[in-house]
Amino acid sequence: MNDSLKKTPLHRAHLDAKAKMVDFGGWHMPVQYAGILEEHNTVRTKAGLFDVSHMGEIDLQGPNALDLIQKLVTNDASKLSIKQALYSPMCFPDGGIVDDLLIYRKGKEHFLLVVNASNTEKDFQWILDNAIDGVEIQNISPEIAQIALQGPLAEEVLQKLCDKDLSQIKYYWFDNVTVDGEDCLVSRTGYTGEDGFEIYLPSEDSHKVWTAILKAGEEEGVTPIGLGARDTLRFEARLPLYGNELSEDISPLEAGLGIFVKLDKKDFIGKAALAKHKAEGLKRKTIGFEMLERGIPRSHYKVLKDGQEIGFVTSGSFAPTLGKNIGLALVKSEFAQAGNNIEIQVRTRSLKAQIIKTPFYKREAK
Amino acid sequence: MYPKDLKYSKDHEWMKVDGGKAKIGITHYAQDALGDVVFVELPEEGTSFGAHEGIGVIESVKAVSDVYTPVSGEIVAANEDLLDAPELINEDPYGKGWLVEIELNDAAQLEDLMNAEEYEEFLKEEE
Repeated sequence: MNDSLKKTPLHRAHLDAKAKMVDFGGWHMPVQYAGILEEHNTVRTKAGLFDVSHMGEIDLQGPNALDLIQKLVTNDASKLSIKQALYSPMCFPDGGIVDDLLIYRKGKEHFLLVVNASNTEKDFQWILDNAIDGVEIQNISPEIAQIALQGPLAEEVLQKLCDKDLSQIKYYWFDNVTVDGEDCLVSRTGYTGEDGFEIYLPSEDSHKVWTAILKAGEEEGVTPIGLGARDTLRFEARLPLYGNELSEDISPLEAGLGIFVKLDKKDFIGKAALAKHKAEGLKRKTIGFEMLERGIPRSHYKVLKDGQEIGFVTSGSFAPTLGKNIGLALVKSEFAQAGNNIEIQVRTRSLKAQIIKTPFYKREAK
Repeated sequence: MYPKDLKYSKDHEWMKVDGGKAKIGITHYAQDALGDVVFVELPEEGTSFGAHEGIGVIESVKAVSDVYTPVSGEIVAANEDLLDAPELINEDPYGKGWLVEIELNDAAQLEDLMNAEEYEEFLKEEE
């Protein structure tokens, strides 16, 4: 392997488990353990454990921390209670997306931003470039490990190791919890479309806690899950991926994230451009589609209507839970209606597909 | 993992020669590297190919991979079972997971292929 690749504090555990390792944005990460389909199914039916320590964490503290966040992100963080989390895009002045992130309110003047691994440096620099007085900004990514336990049995398994009642942590809330005796921040959040938790802890404790969770969930069938299944899981639930559905050239409105863009909020970076796009009507929209002919759509494949190019696939895959070949695509708005027939250019052939409603997969309510 | 009665190519295909015909599939190494196969595209019977030309496509959840014929000839059979059960390539790469049968038009091309022992050596060098 290439020694220049970055490693998470759980790297050794992945090698010991004989995971298939890949270069993922400069990180040496497990793409699969038992196999993507099996791992996908484990998370949908039981629970699976993910090492997502490559994600970035940026700490903001000070009397003006909230003001800085409000300037940076499109969602409204002012209503966040302490121990509550919020999802938001962060935009450039032209409305293109710097990144999408989670905002954790740890205190009145203390926030934690969780950002995509490959964007950590860019985001940190962007935040510094737009900094205001009265905020201390720190990139604490190397010190923090992140583990996600996701699936219908996640709460039952994790509860065995915790000092607090996890059922009291509601969706998009968090608490300080000891897991296997170690101090962690535990939030009911995730990137799979299932119930579950994301656990933040000091890097040096991560191996102990990782091993303890796998042991606690042995009977329930909890296994480690690689990035391959993480992608198919998030895709079925229509959770966007930066670099696919989101980019510097795609606005959150085009990506279908309009509910996370609060245009009635006081000024924020990108507000004027986004308000203008909305008023003029969006030129492109993100749609979901299902293949009607045999073939798997892949990102960057062309989308056609009667032979004319109308957009491109942002993510596409065989969907394990649905047993279908489906995709997400960014297309010209006039063709974006559900029920419309389109074509996907797969290698030399153009194959029939139909626009369908998303998310493709939604878990049953408890 | 690598049956003695097969011949192997550097593109990780195997060939089982029977008279003037040969079955073609992908090796254990190739199916393991791809992961769960979820889609297969095969050539039509009666199509002719030159050696090392692409004859089809195998897609796993994450990867799209071309399949090449190590030798030239005409496709006389394609494994239709794979259209509904592509996982046969993972489960039984040398048996039910075969891809096509080709009628050889130049048996001398087989001499360029490796035997099982040579292929295993080749894999060690690849890693």
